[in-house]
Amino acid sequence: MDTTEMTGAAMVIKALADQGVDVVFGYPGGAVLPIYDELFKQNRIRHILVRHEQGAVHAAEGYARSTGKPGVVLVTSGPGATNAVTGLTDALMDSIPIVCLTGQVPTHLIGNDAFQECDTTGITRPCTKHNYLVKDVNRLARTLHEAFYVATTGRPGPVVVDIPKDVQFGSGTYAAPEGKQKHKTYQPQVKPDRERIDAAVDMLLSAKRPIVYAGGGVVNAGPAASQLLTEFVRMTNFPCTLTLMGLGAFPAREPQYLGMLGMHGTYEANWAMHDCDVMLCIGARFDDRITGKLDAFAPESRKIHIDIDPSSINKNVAVDLPIVGDCGYALEDLIKVMRARHKKPDEEALADWWRRIDEWRAKKCLSFETNDAVIKPQQAIRRLYEMTRDRGDDVYITTEVGQHQMWAAQHFGFQKPNRWMTSGGLGTMGYGLPAAVGVQLGHPDALVVDIAGEASILMNIQELSTAVQYRLPVKVFILNNKYMGMVRQWQELLHGGRYSESYSEALPDFVKLAEAYGLKGLRATKPDELDGLIEEMLAHDGPVMCDVAVDPTENCFPMIPSGAAHNDMLLAPVAEGEEAIGAEGKMLV
Amino acid sequence: MAKTGTVDQPGAAYTFDSQEKPVRRHTFAVIVDNEPGVLARVIGLFSGRGYNIESLTVSTVTEDATVSRINIVTTGTEMVIEQIKAQLQRLVPVHNVHDLTLEGPHVEKELALVKVKAKDHNRRESLRIADVYHAQVADTTLESFVFLIHGSTEKVDSFIELMDALGETEVARSGVVAISRGAEITPV
Ligand SMILES: Cc1ncc(C[n+]2csc(CCOP(=O)(O)OP(=O)(O)O)c2C)c(N)n1
Ligand SMILES: [Mg+2]
Repeated sequence: MDTTEMTGAAMVIKALADQGVDVVFGYPGGAVLPIYDELFKQNRIRHILVRHEQGAVHAAEGYARSTGKPGVVLVTSGPGATNAVTGLTDALMDSIPIVCLTGQVPTHLIGNDAFQECDTTGITRPCTKHNYLVKDVNRLARTLHEAFYVATTGRPGPVVVDIPKDVQFGSGTYAAPEGKQKHKTYQPQVKPDRERIDAAVDMLLSAKRPIVYAGGGVVNAGPAASQLLTEFVRMTNFPCTLTLMGLGAFPAREPQYLGMLGMHGTYEANWAMHDCDVMLCIGARFDDRITGKLDAFAPESRKIHIDIDPSSINKNVAVDLPIVGDCGYALEDLIKVMRARHKKPDEEALADWWRRIDEWRAKKCLSFETNDAVIKPQQAIRRLYEMTRDRGDDVYITTEVGQHQMWAAQHFGFQKPNRWMTSGGLGTMGYGLPAAVGVQLGHPDALVVDIAGEASILMNIQELSTAVQYRLPVKVFILNNKYMGMVRQWQELLHGGRYSESYSEALPDFVKLAEAYGLKGLRATKPDELDGLIEEMLAHDGPVMCDVAVDPTENCFPMIPSGAAHNDMLLAPVAEGEEAIGAEGKMLV
Repeated sequence: MAKTGTVDQPGAAYTFDSQEKPVRRHTFAVIVDNEPGVLARVIGLFSGRGYNIESLTVSTVTEDATVSRINIVTTGTEMVIEQIKAQLQRLVPVHNVHDLTLEGPHVEKELALVKVKAKDHNRRESLRIADVYHAQVADTTLESFVFLIHGSTEKVDSFIELMDALGETEVARSGVVAISRGAEITPV
């Protein structure tokens, strides 16, 4: 074993380098100064100075989700650590591998309410996959290596390592990573049981109305897993729907793709889920935004659930055949076993099933009507998609949270995994801009666009500074409807149109704001300005913020109201060939 | 009609499963690394996810004190009990989780110290009952006894109830410790 004597702070840098880290997102402070001093003395690891610690974690998430590598964060004690909490919770909910190093007051002061002390491990215990307080410099290196192992193995997640200042200054022995170390207690099962795969194939081959429902677990399992999913769906010709987290795990252009499912999913995806007889759930978790009313969820189906996390199985929905394992391995085995069988899926039943699905598809549930007076938000996203399509896989989209996020999920087609970064589980407004910063660092030459709302973007607007400092050409594409649109929509549907505090009063001039930060600012207010704006945005090789004024009254459809079943969804009125309903009409729901 | 749906829970962002399912009592033995914070992780898991804790005990069980055993008695529907096991198993310092109730016959015992303040007839009666329950006298004054009793939870409960009837009581209970029957040794 390679061991050397050095300070704790030096160990941090060495451990990061040994773990293959090339970029760290952070913000300095008293309790991490020794580590910053070591950072200064080297040039192997690049430090990106964010403008708020929440931004650091989201940036690390964007980096991790788009590269498949863990994201690394470095923040100080007390407020640095508490500011990181939202990001950590976000990463936990969306299963993103993050290693977050926090400074801590010296060990002898812990518990004394010292300056900038907080109980970091206590506060972050429920919002991390695991956390550590390192009190002995001789355990620091091993703990750091373990943190990377835990963050990236099994179901990924955020890990915090809290390092008191005296441990950073102290001197000890560095231990190099032990290769593929076997953790003494944490050894998630990655290979699925073979008998269960056999049983799954039996079930799938007997299906008359099958559906594949895949999620972020497939993306987390690496690009090969998405490739295998595509192969499996093509081979079986089963319809396939994806969760918000799973977009890109199966190419949107494939004929078997039904679109996203769930609360704002497509008519065909939700109806097919409701009416299916065999459901293959891969790397998704039957979230309440997906299932709707539980006792009306796919009532006639037998369910197979593949997940690397046993606690995801039988949590919300009892399944018939649980399979614990990595989605990639499971799909590989499924394909192998399926191929070896002489039996084929029931082609006649499948053809019938597709006929029904085509009827649902014919509703064209995502259609919308445009006019000359005002830009429709869906139209803005469609145009962005169409005008960037020729760039192929080199387009990365992040989002904030709200209607614009759902429209982006509905109207932007993803053909590859790791191209779509959105806050799914926590629904964190302010996620998209810092995430875009992280994505751009991982993919310097790619087009990275944050599809934003005017309310959300203000939550981490300070990260524009980060983009400018590091010359990151991120594009912020604001769908400005002057409302917290998603809140307004719920108030319209559920609270009698009483728009309590959901109007975005006193908005800044986003073009001037962009310029103040040193970005290019663009604005479009009429439909005929839209293409020009997108062209200009794409042509500029630095960061741009676009203020796109969109219809403030537009609502996001289809929608399954909470408490309703999948076959009880609301469609946009145009899909039914009606006039756009007025404000009063919408209140009747 | 464009709108086919009805909202039967206006304002609710979540739906609730209205079906009542039977609740069962389960005893878990959780083998964990004896490190700082491990108990907080287990307790935080229960409170954070809304699981019940009826009783929880913890102590190191290896000579070198590196491994602890946490005994937890909880209640929940079958699905919740399965969740509790899976969630516990997911904690990094957890070695393994045994649902003793599911795994087969097991022994479950509790220990209690019961102080009873009683005079005259009630004082004599408390001694007689202690005798019936095989409780030992751990301390005495002229107006009180401290009894040490161990056995099943029900036995301890009923002993305390009787003492309560005889005088003012103070109780310290250990909570349940449990182990499987038979010769097999649970690895740590
Ligand atoms: C940090 C945070 N606070 C509050 C919310 C609740 N919320 C969800 S969407 C939304 C409105 C978002 O408005 P905007 O960014 O303008 O997007 P729009 O819905 O108008 O497209 C709010 C307040 C949230 N998701 N995150
Ligand atoms: Mg808005």
